[in-house]
Amino acid sequence: MEQPVISLRGATASLGSRPVLRGVDLAVQRGEVVALLGANGSGKSTAVRAVVGQVPLTGGELELFGTPQRRFRDWARVGYVPQRTTAASGVPATVREVVAAGRLARTKLGPTRKADREAVVRALELVGMADRLKDSVNALSGGQHQRVLIARALAGEPELLIMDEPMAGVDLANQAVLAEALRTQVARGATVLLVLHELGPLEPLIDRAVVLRDGCVVHDGAPPQAVGQHALPGHDHVHPHADPAAEPIRTGLLS
Amino acid sequence: MEILDLPFMQRALLAAFLVGITAPAIGIYLVQRRQALMGDGIGHVALTGVGLGFLLNTSPVWVATAVCVLGAVVMELIRSYGKARGDIALAMLFYGGMAGGVMLMSLSSTGSSANLTTYLFGSITTVSQQDIVAICILAAFVVLTTIGLRRQLFAICQDEEFARVTGLPVRLLNLLVAVTAAVTVTVAMRVVGLLLVSALMVIPVAASQQIARSFATTFAMAVAVGVLVTLSGTVTSYYVDVPSGATIVLMAIGVFIALTAVATPLARRRADRTAEAERCTLRPEADVQV
Repeated sequence: MEQPVISLRGATASLGSRPVLRGVDLAVQRGEVVALLGANGSGKSTAVRAVVGQVPLTGGELELFGTPQRRFRDWARVGYVPQRTTAASGVPATVREVVAAGRLARTKLGPTRKADREAVVRALELVGMADRLKDSVNALSGGQHQRVLIARALAGEPELLIMDEPMAGVDLANQAVLAEALRTQVARGATVLLVLHELGPLEPLIDRAVVLRDGCVVHDGAPPQAVGQHALPGHDHVHPHADPAAEPIRTGLLS
Repeated sequence: MEILDLPFMQRALLAAFLVGITAPAIGIYLVQRRQALMGDGIGHVALTGVGLGFLLNTSPVWVATAVCVLGAVVMELIRSYGKARGDIALAMLFYGGMAGGVMLMSLSSTGSSANLTTYLFGSITTVSQQDIVAICILAAFVVLTTIGLRRQLFAICQDEEFARVTGLPVRLLNLLVAVTAAVTVTVAMRVVGLLLVSALMVIPVAASQQIARSFATTFAMAVAVGVLVTLSGTVTSYYVDVPSGATIVLMAIGVFIALTAVATPLARRRADRTAEAERCTLRPEADVQV
């Protein structure tokens, strides 16, 4: 059998003294689209942040493309969309400038060539934002911010897309655009692991859902059916949140 | 222009020009990651270096550079490890640096409170030949780093977590930002003084973001504003006999206010245009059959 793209076995991790992952097994095969579901604090965000090396595992094994994550260096194969509600920072930046940062996965410290600039434009076309290239990200709506963040991950032309709540705070029209962009990636053979609060318009794309509760896998298989209020069409289930323990303490002066 | 015939003014103007470029060039990255006051902290620590330079009877610029770099690296480590009560650790560093400088200065035979003042608030006309050589070398390092690595530094200051996942050597680049900021502080200390250094890192950037929409434009305009105020401040201080550092900083604030006044109607017009572009495009047509 082919080597899984992501392989997490018996993974444990803590934030501070609180155990957040308590033995998670997760394997994602090439070309699969896997949704990681669960309530707030279930550990789904920590799980993907551990996969991309942003949370250290206290136990268990993690392999990316068959290489132990500790020794994995081929980050250009991975496109990451962190949990953010904004693509802006303390200084104005255009959509093109933000998305071009994603290309650094390939150029690293080297110069930017024509092919790199074209990849940035292509990534923006994929999310339907090519006409906003020169606009300041400060002028964008919440859904457009997410589209820019996804374009940034796509600019490196990754084989594996890892997205942490890409639909948080995104209206239905923008969700549909994102679903379409994702469908294009999947059709090209990309592998996708994404954290979601609910399946929403992405449901038809999802091959498998893994549900976490209190840091343990409680379901791994077909996407669960939405029930009650959540099943109503157009139900906009959005809880923007940040895990306070995941963030370093900000001093205000230097943060 | 008789002012250009005076060797000390030639050195002063060259130093001012280099500070006008370097301070906003590194400052933009600090502002981007909302660390605008880091320059101020390094300035405090630099004083210990100046005091040490006097005590050892060596060039204060080089010793201050070494101490600043060390202080900035410690600050970066405190920041990146996000230790609980990091603010307390930083306060210790800042005020320890300040107190250490005053103490060392008073212990040395050549240091005096007058000397202290020239480093705290700048004394551009006393820049010596050796100083200017050091300033040129250090400024070249700052310019090469901030322009040569602009894409990488933009990425780490914009979204550090994302930058780490692209495989960039983020820890190294963070340290490079800290070291570059420290070097800039020592470049600028003779011109605007250690207590006002941070102003030149932040205010030109703040002024240019009132108008600019892209990072590249913000960068270019901030450097232009920096050079404008350092040169005109230096010339003004020569003719009117006022301290150069204070003149430069007040001029920078003046530019900020002027650009803000210009930008407010500009932003409103821009917003109106966007609203116009996004208005409903489906207009009732006369020939539609109902």
